[in-house]
Amino acid sequence: MKILVALKQVPDTETKIKVAADGRSLDPADVKWITGPYDEYALEEAIRIKEAKGADVVALSVGGDSAKEVLRNALALGADSAVLLKGDGQGDAFAVAQMIAAFAQGKGFDLIFCGNKGIGGDNAAMGPMLAELMGIAQANVIVKLELGQGTFRAEREIEGGSEVVEGALPAVITAQKGLNEPRYASLKGIMAAKKKTIEELDATSAPAVAVVSSLALPPERPAGRLLAGEPAAQAQALLQALKDEAKVF
Amino acid sequence: MILVFCELKDGKIRKPSTEALSAGRRLADASGQPLGALFAGASCAGAAEAAKYGADVILTAEGATLGSYSSDAYAQLVADAVKAKGATVLLAGATAMGKDVAPRAAARMGAGYASDVTGLSMVEGKLQAVRPVYAGKAFATITFTSAVQVASTRPNVFPVVEKAGPGAVESVPAPAGDFKSVVKEILAKAGGKVDLTEANVIISGGRGMKNGDNFKILEELADALGGVVGASRAAVDADWGLPHSMQVGQTGKVVSPTLYIACGISGAIQHLAGMSGSKFIVAINKDPEAPIFKVASYGIVGDLFDVVPELTKAAKAMGVGKG
Repeated sequence: MKILVALKQVPDTETKIKVAADGRSLDPADVKWITGPYDEYALEEAIRIKEAKGADVVALSVGGDSAKEVLRNALALGADSAVLLKGDGQGDAFAVAQMIAAFAQGKGFDLIFCGNKGIGGDNAAMGPMLAELMGIAQANVIVKLELGQGTFRAEREIEGGSEVVEGALPAVITAQKGLNEPRYASLKGIMAAKKKTIEELDATSAPAVAVVSSLALPPERPAGRLLAGEPAAQAQALLQALKDEAKVF
Repeated sequence: MILVFCELKDGKIRKPSTEALSAGRRLADASGQPLGALFAGASCAGAAEAAKYGADVILTAEGATLGSYSSDAYAQLVADAVKAKGATVLLAGATAMGKDVAPRAAARMGAGYASDVTGLSMVEGKLQAVRPVYAGKAFATITFTSAVQVASTRPNVFPVVEKAGPGAVESVPAPAGDFKSVVKEILAKAGGKVDLTEANVIISGGRGMKNGDNFKILEELADALGGVVGASRAAVDADWGLPHSMQVGQTGKVVSPTLYIACGISGAIQHLAGMSGSKFIVAINKDPEAPIFKVASYGIVGDLFDVVPELTKAAKAMGVGKG
């Protein structure tokens, strides 16, 4: 079995966002970059399949030199090889999906894993777009996955519960928190990863069709009000304020 | 045409779809185009209701094969309908289904896609979308270079506007079988409450709740206020037996209710990112220095184990959750 895991380098969740001088991108100063949290579940699932059934796991990222960090980490965790598609990994989801599709087409991947969303653009779109471009099945926002002979059965999170999706391989599976508990890299894994080479390829050119024309910080929230007194009085004052001032009820 | 992919549940149009239709009607008026509503399923009974929200045309794709949702089949029928009608804008509610089908349909059409948008307008005949990025820590304005423009609308953001339209019903072809994937079974969560992303009132608990059992008092308050219960990442990751589907924050659900009550939540950046779109925020925390107070409309410095039961009692006495 051949598995591709697409990983994205994203700003850490504790990052304070600042807008760059161009007015439409993130100011990269002081940003700590990490592997997308949902991509970690995707990679873990691929490694577990490899351990259970045997598989060749290829880690892939689209980006610049800094994205190699994400790939090095994937190798340390158990990916067999890594590919960096040199291109704009922060571009729109359709551009990135086209780059990955151009790479993956014809290589015989049975499964393609990625996170259900990056935590920067929050598009939650690359996986389904990639599945469509490759003409294969998709199972999105997955919390449980079982494989059969050339088939999959996946549990996907929906409003108020989940639904079971069945389909044929190959398929794009986008991981959701709850799918598994990602492992930490072992020292042995980290040492072995240092010796592996990351294959570098130029990404196919794919212009964005949904373009960020400006980026702005949200307006400051108006200053709030503290409610004093004993708990019973505070509770009463809060409900009254929600009713009369905020008109929530 | 502005075309809106709509979902039916028990013969009624789901609220996120009525919001998308209302947003679509506004765009249609602004650009002098008709508004179409697209439905798919084994039966589209109830689709006629779209006329109430201003649909000029109601397209129904009915067929036994569409009884269960299939990502590829639905993406195909949506893209086919866009093409057949020459639609330039496709909208869907940013629901589990909408977020599954819209990007796939967009890729099929080579169209740009903006997900979970909170603002839509027509500028010189082209769609312009505003959407939260970095889970709401910033907002991006999106413009499109493709002929067809696709967006999913975040639930609870666009107002529902009733404005009767002609609503002429027209059937469109349903793709034949042999789909790549199909939904086989729906596993409903006990209780059947609305999802956090669609809830009007959310009561969330954090590390200050001390254990999972204590969430009972939040459930009681939620029942009194007609809301649902969420949790911070700290609480979900604490092995208290809380499902991750309850998690609000950058790596959980991004919510925009009218009222968000944060109980024992300090207010880490990643949590604030997920709930700062709430209209009113109430913070209940023992620590007056907790960052959550910076975003709160109303703050209560105190022990949540004293305050929350008092709130429940007072809410029941006032009968607030009934309206």
